[in-house]
Amino acid sequence: MSDLVVATSGLTRRFGEKTAVDNLDLEIRTGQIYGFLGPNGCGKTTTMRMLTGLLTPSSGSISVLGHPMPDYAEPLKHEIGYMTQIFSYYRDMTVLENLRFAAEIYGMPRKTTKDRIDELLGTYDLTENANQLTGSMSGGQRQKLALAATVMHRPKLLFLDEPTSAVDPETRRAFWEQLFDLVDQGATMIVSTHFMDEAERCHRLAILEHGVKKADGTPRQLMTDLNAAVVEVEGDGLRQVKRALDETGKTLSTAQVGARLRVLVEKSEADPVAMLQSLLQGFPGLSLSVQRPNLEDVFVSATKGALS
Amino acid sequence: MISPRRITAVLKKELLQLRRDRMTFGMVVMIPLIQLLLFGYAINTNLRHVPVGLVDHANTELSQTLVQIVQATQVVTVKEVFLTPEDAEQAITEATIRAALIIPPDVDSRLARSPAVGLGLPDATDQTSSRPVAHWIVDGSDTMVASAIKSLRTMPLTELLRLPPNRQVPTFEVTLYFNPEQRSAVNIVPGLVGVILTMTMILFTSSAIVRERERGNMEMLINTPIKSVELMIGKIIPYIFLGLIQVAIILGLGHVLFSVPIHGGLGTLLVVTLLFIIASLSLGLVISTLAQNQLQAMQMTIFVLLPSILMSGFMFPFDGMPKPVQVIAQVLPATHFMDMIRGVVLRDASLYALRSDILWMVGFAVVGLLAATLRFKKRLG
Repeated sequence: MSDLVVATSGLTRRFGEKTAVDNLDLEIRTGQIYGFLGPNGCGKTTTMRMLTGLLTPSSGSISVLGHPMPDYAEPLKHEIGYMTQIFSYYRDMTVLENLRFAAEIYGMPRKTTKDRIDELLGTYDLTENANQLTGSMSGGQRQKLALAATVMHRPKLLFLDEPTSAVDPETRRAFWEQLFDLVDQGATMIVSTHFMDEAERCHRLAILEHGVKKADGTPRQLMTDLNAAVVEVEGDGLRQVKRALDETGKTLSTAQVGARLRVLVEKSEADPVAMLQSLLQGFPGLSLSVQRPNLEDVFVSATKGALS
Repeated sequence: MISPRRITAVLKKELLQLRRDRMTFGMVVMIPLIQLLLFGYAINTNLRHVPVGLVDHANTELSQTLVQIVQATQVVTVKEVFLTPEDAEQAITEATIRAALIIPPDVDSRLARSPAVGLGLPDATDQTSSRPVAHWIVDGSDTMVASAIKSLRTMPLTELLRLPPNRQVPTFEVTLYFNPEQRSAVNIVPGLVGVILTMTMILFTSSAIVRERERGNMEMLINTPIKSVELMIGKIIPYIFLGLIQVAIILGLGHVLFSVPIHGGLGTLLVVTLLFIIASLSLGLVISTLAQNQLQAMQMTIFVLLPSILMSGFMFPFDGMPKPVQVIAQVLPATHFMDMIRGVVLRDASLYALRSDILWMVGFAVVGLLAATLRFKKRLG
């Protein structure tokens, strides 16, 4: 299909004995924010590096914007933007100097450079900081500068590697608003993250674990399709309750969230509440209730192998 | 296609960073300045005032005059007087003195018959009068000290008996060109240009690229359309100018403070130093593609720097080295540069006369730049 921006089949990358990415099939369509959700070391960055042509796959094929990778890596640099996990512009240069550097490196026409930089400074709320050294700015401001520099050449495809790991939730919200603006202007994005709230904002998600794609779909679809029931347990002695449940081996996972215990049970269980109550007879005064699954439940059950 | 725009972008960025990096900028000026002052005054191959001891078994007027004459040469200064040669030996072992003069009890009669006082040469079979007047025991571990004392071996002693000095008939007439006063600085200062350029140029470039990697900037750069050649050239150009500033400081101050003549033309000088700077920078770039962090880059720089000081002819004459060492030394750009800069500064050598050194330097720079560009991959694997 013509609106496919990224397509891979059987994408595999090994580092010595270790398989970082294992037989990954991806289809990413234009105008989407596609998220890679997974713990550290699950192969998110390795996948991104293969998609941008920095790493050669051990096997499998990649097509990015209709061109095979990594053969087309160099010509595609003009179409792609990559925002690294750690701020990778120059801390000993000002915002303006960094943006000018990006413009020159991407070969922006001299006449339009100034207008484009002014535009970006305005969009990303950096006009006041234009002459500030980036090293003395806050993490959130630096992140905005990194995004501004990354989209300098109006890339069709943007890669963002854990873009908001180092910023506060409010900055994260504002940052995502800007990402949606860019999508509105026609960009496609691939975002890696290990934050649920960030993953929830993506149009589509792939859950990765040990280099294997465990689930793929829209966040809502993933939550409704969850192959597990969620029961919340309220009451006293939750740590003991958790230990008791873990020992039975009949739950998929138990995790305490504040004053409640969130328990995942196989969906095949007809009445999960009754089943749990029978398991917890030794603990009086507990109240159990079925809850709607959230993305974290999806993530937990996906990485436990409960999803088909 | 190589884009001049991207080269200029890297160049401008380097200049901006350099301007804010006061330490590095200061080093560019202070390293040559301080080292020139230190070495210009400190390094002296004419050894003087070696601290020595004295054991005078005779203790006569004559023996005391002998000691005065020896001290008057300024080669040695008597620091301590000992009663026995064993005490003197002990002091040499403890390194409080470097040598000791032992004057025997019969020094008067030895002197009377010594040829050194100018009473005509003794018969070769004459055992008594061919005996030396006194005895030096020397810490021979430092060859420079040892040969300074050895130079006293045949010193004339005619003054001792208030006789006119012997007419010395030299075997050879020696005319010293280029440095007739035998001042060490004349040889040291041009050589210092080579040593300091080797150190700063290799270090600056090798850490310049490694630093980008360490600070994470490289990950951004390899995702942009920049080509490795463009990055290399853009990084090198600012340092060429820094190198030229250093050369100007060393030769200019050397001329003012140490009266080192600059006989060669400035054009020739510029060509020769530019070649060496570019060769050193390309070596620095090769190191930068090998080293993983700035510490490794520093270690590799020192690995090149030490032989550049010790084997290039800066400190010890190149001709004195064994053949295999000479071959190794000639791989180093510094060795060729020592030859060239001394040639241009002291002897007004022409570029044509230095063509073999120039060819080597050009070859070295080209191979280095090629190797660095080929080794620098925009891929991670």
